[in-house]
Amino acid sequence: MNFVEHVAKAKVLAPAAIAVPRGKVCGSPEQAAAAFADIGACVVKAQVPTGKRGKAGGVRTAASATEAAAAARAILAMSIDGYQVEQVLIEECLDIGRELYAAVVSDFGACRPLVLFSTEGGMDIEEVAAVRPEAVRRRPVEIDDGFAEADAHAMLEGLDLGAAGTAIARVLAALYAVYRERDAELVEVNPLAVLKDGRVVALDCKLTLDDAAAFRQGELAAMAARETLTALERRGAESGLKFIELAGNVGVLANGAGLTMTTMDVIRHFGGEPANFLEIGGEAYTKAETALGLVLSRDGVKSLVINFCGAFARTDVMAEGVVQAWEKLKPRVPVFFSIHGTGEEEAVKLVRERLGIEPFDVMEDAVKAAVEAAR
Amino acid sequence: VIIFRQHHRVLVQGITGKQGTFWTEKMIACGTRVVAGVNPKRAGESHGGVPIFASAAEAMARVGYDVAVMFIPPSLAKEAALDAIGAGVKLLVVLTEHIPVHDVMTIHAAARRQGTRIVGPNTAGLVTPGEGFVGIMPGHNAKVFRPGPVGVISRSGSLGTLVAFNLTRAGLGQSAFIGVGGDPMVGTTTRDALAALDRDERTKAVVIVGEIGGSMEEQAAEYAAGMSKPVVAFLAGRASPPGKKMGHAGAIVTGTAGSYASKRSALEQAGIVVGETPCEIPVAVANGLAARAAAPAALGGAARRHG
Repeated sequence: MNFVEHVAKAKVLAPAAIAVPRGKVCGSPEQAAAAFADIGACVVKAQVPTGKRGKAGGVRTAASATEAAAAARAILAMSIDGYQVEQVLIEECLDIGRELYAAVVSDFGACRPLVLFSTEGGMDIEEVAAVRPEAVRRRPVEIDDGFAEADAHAMLEGLDLGAAGTAIARVLAALYAVYRERDAELVEVNPLAVLKDGRVVALDCKLTLDDAAAFRQGELAAMAARETLTALERRGAESGLKFIELAGNVGVLANGAGLTMTTMDVIRHFGGEPANFLEIGGEAYTKAETALGLVLSRDGVKSLVINFCGAFARTDVMAEGVVQAWEKLKPRVPVFFSIHGTGEEEAVKLVRERLGIEPFDVMEDAVKAAVEAAR
Repeated sequence: VIIFRQHHRVLVQGITGKQGTFWTEKMIACGTRVVAGVNPKRAGESHGGVPIFASAAEAMARVGYDVAVMFIPPSLAKEAALDAIGAGVKLLVVLTEHIPVHDVMTIHAAARRQGTRIVGPNTAGLVTPGEGFVGIMPGHNAKVFRPGPVGVISRSGSLGTLVAFNLTRAGLGQSAFIGVGGDPMVGTTTRDALAALDRDERTKAVVIVGEIGGSMEEQAAEYAAGMSKPVVAFLAGRASPPGKKMGHAGAIVTGTAGSYASKRSALEQAGIVVGETPCEIPVAVANGLAARAAAPAALGGAARRHG
């Protein structure tokens, strides 16, 4: 789950004694003008959980209350990367000497935390890393050993950081500590500014927590940014189903992410377009009835592929859910089944006897028939 | 140890739960030697004929085992895994999905120190047709799994099952199925599994069932380029919408790997046939085996790469 900047700063950085600019969260131009009175010359920043704010024009400076209100009005009317801006953060302008980059991220390939640091912070850090990888220092961490200030000093050795070196090392160690405490996947400060007066301040913060750890990050997890979901997608999420609406007209119900993606791929292979992604793998395989309701609620679905291949998920249990939902919802959409694996015999029998439908033996044939029916 | 064998003695952690009970019965029926189970509250009892111990450490001291498989919920998975690793198990199969990532890193760190092989998390397990299986695969279903020459590596249980089923229907049995797991941080990578199947005498061809995300297929392609056994792949996710990303760190760490295009081009450059749909896989495997049989063994790899 992702967090907007002001939550990350107030709830994670500030409690870890990492300095952040003075700021105020505003939901209207009037509030922005009032905030200017407290803060003075300021930056007005869209509060959306995406990395494209600056380039999208969601960050502006203001030298007067009128300018602050105008900037807030413009930014609050924006939608950035699919997120409608609902709040802006008004922050004091600071006299920046140097912009650095600091992050702690879970390195999925190496199965270890990784601390990243560069003296070339700012919006172009990805290009810097691609063109001159040596400009970004990377320090893999043994999770049982941790990453203390001494490790940060070792990592920064040889870089010309002047008097700010000690403060920067402290920030890196503190970032690692909050990364661990908060079950973060990413905590990134870009830029980490060295001010002309020598202070080291986090000007921005991206924070992503591990969804799987939400159960032990209760208070913070509740402050996560809302995903941009459609009403149906939200209904799915509330029932514990990952449902994504897509542009096509062939509905998909399959078990497991791998098989679901494959079903979508094969739909496209035969010239069709999938109407949705819906995974009922893992423990969710018992939710076939709810799942089918979601797929059929989507406007414009002309046909449906039900593709079950049971490993852990029992196809007989899923088929029972589908048959019950079908009898209840009585949909008119033509449906094409392919059923294999655990519980196959019972499942095929159920579909044949209760729905009067013969499942296809070859998955591709079921998909092809569904694509043709949707034309 | 990556390929499961009949002589392996198996410990089931969480044996008395609903899934533990169901799958232990299937594993035993399939020929797997389940020698012990763990449930701290029911130590001393037996469950479906299998003795229960309070911990993996106690089970190791009392009966001994080679492989442990976990039917344990996410919040307790770290503790159970560290128990089995500390007990000295050689191979730990972690079926659990949604284990917090920091716990997964702790499990992998302990495994590195002890020299334990981890398969998973979020794997469907290991199947060796004719010998047995550990995990949650239909290893007992003869329509899906039959002994034969094809090694199958899959990130997904459901898609791996479909591919095995397609092979069996085409008369191509399997030497081993290795579920590497759907998590982004797995202990045994596609490349590790590929190397194990390359060394395995009974495996004559390999199918890689990959999907978008991560860089495991790209790494496996590097290894496959030097193999003489034919390798065929299917990649899921071509039609999937890309996920949103937050910071820059992801791109700094992984670069451009992960997309369908990146994976397909890496695999094809290594001489691997990438199927458009799952039913093309058995055809490509049969072609690969036929070409290999026709070419002199020593030249097989070079002929395939340059032809």
